[in-house]
Amino acid sequence: MSVVPISYYLVLSAVLFGLGVVAFVFKRNIITIFMSIELMLNAVNLAFVAFARAHNQLDGLVFVFFVIVVAAAEAAVGLAIVITIAQNRRSLNVEKVDLLKF
Amino acid sequence: MPLLDHLWIILALPLAGAAINGLLGKNWPKSAVNSVAIGSVSLAFLAVVETVREFLQLPASQVPWVKSYFPWISAGAFKVNFSLQVDQLTIVMLLTVSFVGMLIHIYSTGYMAHEGGYYRFFSYLNLFMFFMLTLVLAANIVVMFVGWEGVGLCSYLLIGFWFLKQSAANAGKKAFIVTRIGDFGFTVGILLLFWTFHSVDFGTIFTQAAGMPSDTMAQAGVLTTICLLLFTGAIGKSAQLPLYVWLPDAMEGPTPVSALIHAATMVTAGVYMVARMHPLFSRAPVAMLVVAIVGALTAFYSATIGLVQTDIKKVLAYSTVSQLGYMFLACGVGAYAAGIFHLMTHAFFKGLLFLCAGSAIHAMGGEQDMRKMGGLRKAIPVTFWAMFIATFAISGVPGFAGFFSKDEILEAAQSGPHANLPLWLLGLVAAGLTSFYMFRLIFLTFFGEQHFDEHKVHVHESPRNMTIPLMILAFLSIFGGWFAAPKLVGGTDYFAAFLLPVFEDVPVTQTIIDRTPLTEQMKNAAIQAGLKIDPEPRPVAPENAAMEFVHAVTGPPVIVGLIGILVAWWFYIRRPELPEKLARSMHGLYTLLLNKYYVDEIYAATIVRPLLWISTNVLWHTVDEGLIDGTVNGSARLAREAGGKLRELQSGNARSYASWVVVGAVGVTALLLGIWMKVH
Repeated sequence: MSVVPISYYLVLSAVLFGLGVVAFVFKRNIITIFMSIELMLNAVNLAFVAFARAHNQLDGLVFVFFVIVVAAAEAAVGLAIVITIAQNRRSLNVEKVDLLKF
Repeated sequence: MPLLDHLWIILALPLAGAAINGLLGKNWPKSAVNSVAIGSVSLAFLAVVETVREFLQLPASQVPWVKSYFPWISAGAFKVNFSLQVDQLTIVMLLTVSFVGMLIHIYSTGYMAHEGGYYRFFSYLNLFMFFMLTLVLAANIVVMFVGWEGVGLCSYLLIGFWFLKQSAANAGKKAFIVTRIGDFGFTVGILLLFWTFHSVDFGTIFTQAAGMPSDTMAQAGVLTTICLLLFTGAIGKSAQLPLYVWLPDAMEGPTPVSALIHAATMVTAGVYMVARMHPLFSRAPVAMLVVAIVGALTAFYSATIGLVQTDIKKVLAYSTVSQLGYMFLACGVGAYAAGIFHLMTHAFFKGLLFLCAGSAIHAMGGEQDMRKMGGLRKAIPVTFWAMFIATFAISGVPGFAGFFSKDEILEAAQSGPHANLPLWLLGLVAAGLTSFYMFRLIFLTFFGEQHFDEHKVHVHESPRNMTIPLMILAFLSIFGGWFAAPKLVGGTDYFAAFLLPVFEDVPVTQTIIDRTPLTEQMKNAAIQAGLKIDPEPRPVAPENAAMEFVHAVTGPPVIVGLIGILVAWWFYIRRPELPEKLARSMHGLYTLLLNKYYVDEIYAATIVRPLLWISTNVLWHTVDEGLIDGTVNGSARLAREAGGKLRELQSGNARSYASWVVVGAVGVTALLLGIWMKVH
């Protein structure tokens, strides 16, 4: 049985992460930005899993579980913030949220 | 030896007085300020007396008595202890300073009674006593320097006591700055001293210096350099040529201050310092010659200025400069004991002269111009008699204190081991000038017609707290020199004999050698200097004593002094129109003297004004405002403008923050990658 080389996973992971970054920077909708964060997290998860498999070690897998837990918590907090913003600004455009400055 | 172990008490008393009056005295009644001020100096005087009593019981092996209290500075090899010492020279200075100081404190309670800032005045005066006593008691040159600068500070504060008066404030500054020029030399001298001897303690320095070969006239080495540098300090502090200009201006201060600081004590600090450092000076003949020349020239030069001054205090100021010149002349010809003797008698009679002048000014309601006084003899008899006695003393009339000391100085200049006839002649002429201008002062002020309106000026004798110090000082102006009186009939000069242990390595005059019980060391020093030592002290036969006496009281200084008195009498009593005629016929010389040789103007044109110009245009407007302010303000502006630009990065736009995060992450990754690639 032929094994898929680790580089494939890593390239996929990097592509997904890059897409996440680009979307995070260029998208204006907060929900989309939120999703791109999730995308980046999961790209990293993929890399972890690939390495864990390649080295036959559990550490990477354990790390992935932590990331998932944190991502769930972050989703809870983040969505709460998104809802609050939506209520206050009547908009999901991130450009409208710019009070965090000098 | 309770007090000899606790010499610091002498210093602590006036310091405490200064602190109490200065910090708390503002709202106290005058009587309370008086008790603190006079109490502290009187106690200090009593402590000095007790110290003297204990000192006189010390065996000769324990002199000088040095007491070290605590290590003060310790930086590598440079170690300074706060240490005090007592020897015969210190004793003379201590007694003079504390006693005259005490009298002047008492006098001041009368003189300053109607002045504002009463507590401040006495606080400064006590502080001055503290520093002066520190200077005198110091056992190393650094502690001495503390006193030296401290008295300079107090001098500044007291000259400018009436600081609302512009001229007084300026005079204070002038005194401080001119003295500072000399102090620069003094400081360098101290450094060189430490560099040469690796110590600042007098004892250590002198022991080492004794083992060094003397400099000669032809070969002036480090000893000469040190002595000249130290003497520069003395020139500034003791108002000698060419740095004397501050002292006449210092008369802006209250008169008791002029008496205490600018006549009796502080200005003599330079003489004391030279006498204290005599083991070095004695080994530096070039420096000795310089001291003698500067002293004699100053004595003559400022006496000529004193001839024509019309301000009573200015005459006394120039007279002080002149008398200080005598003291340096004495030191320069190796007669240190005579110099210190003159220092002491001068403290009595010149202190008295100033106090009397103050009393006369007080009586005249603030008038200082002698031409506007006249005929005060009847109105203020105590002041008159005291001043008359002091004038006799300064003129060197036989029997008065100044006679003995001045005579000894001129004798040493004429026939001592370092005799110098041109300088002796200068000193002699100055003696004549001195008695002339002093009697001119007396005649103008106290004799003749009244040159003021009696209805406008209410002339009155000063209160008792002013006249009693006058009487005591008048007593001392007569009898203060009588320690030397047995000399007149062929006996011992007890003052010189008392100081001889301090100056034992310095050859004194043949007269003193002949008539004083000597130790072996003194004999050796005298023989080395080429003096003859008789195996037995040579008593003068009684039948010769009368001759000796006549000889002593008709010496050249006495004759010249009497001529001066006669001329003054002729000019100002007998033919009062003469001085004016003379002034008209010798107009050029008169104007020159009246304007004090234009020295102040010359200094202003050659030093002060260029310095001011450079300070204003270069140092202030260019360096300070341009360079320093420019750098400081420039860096502030740079920070502000950079901040202004940088804060625009914080736009509040979450996406731009995200971009920065990305840029940062990429940067870090690139960095790590770079490191990784370097490693592999």
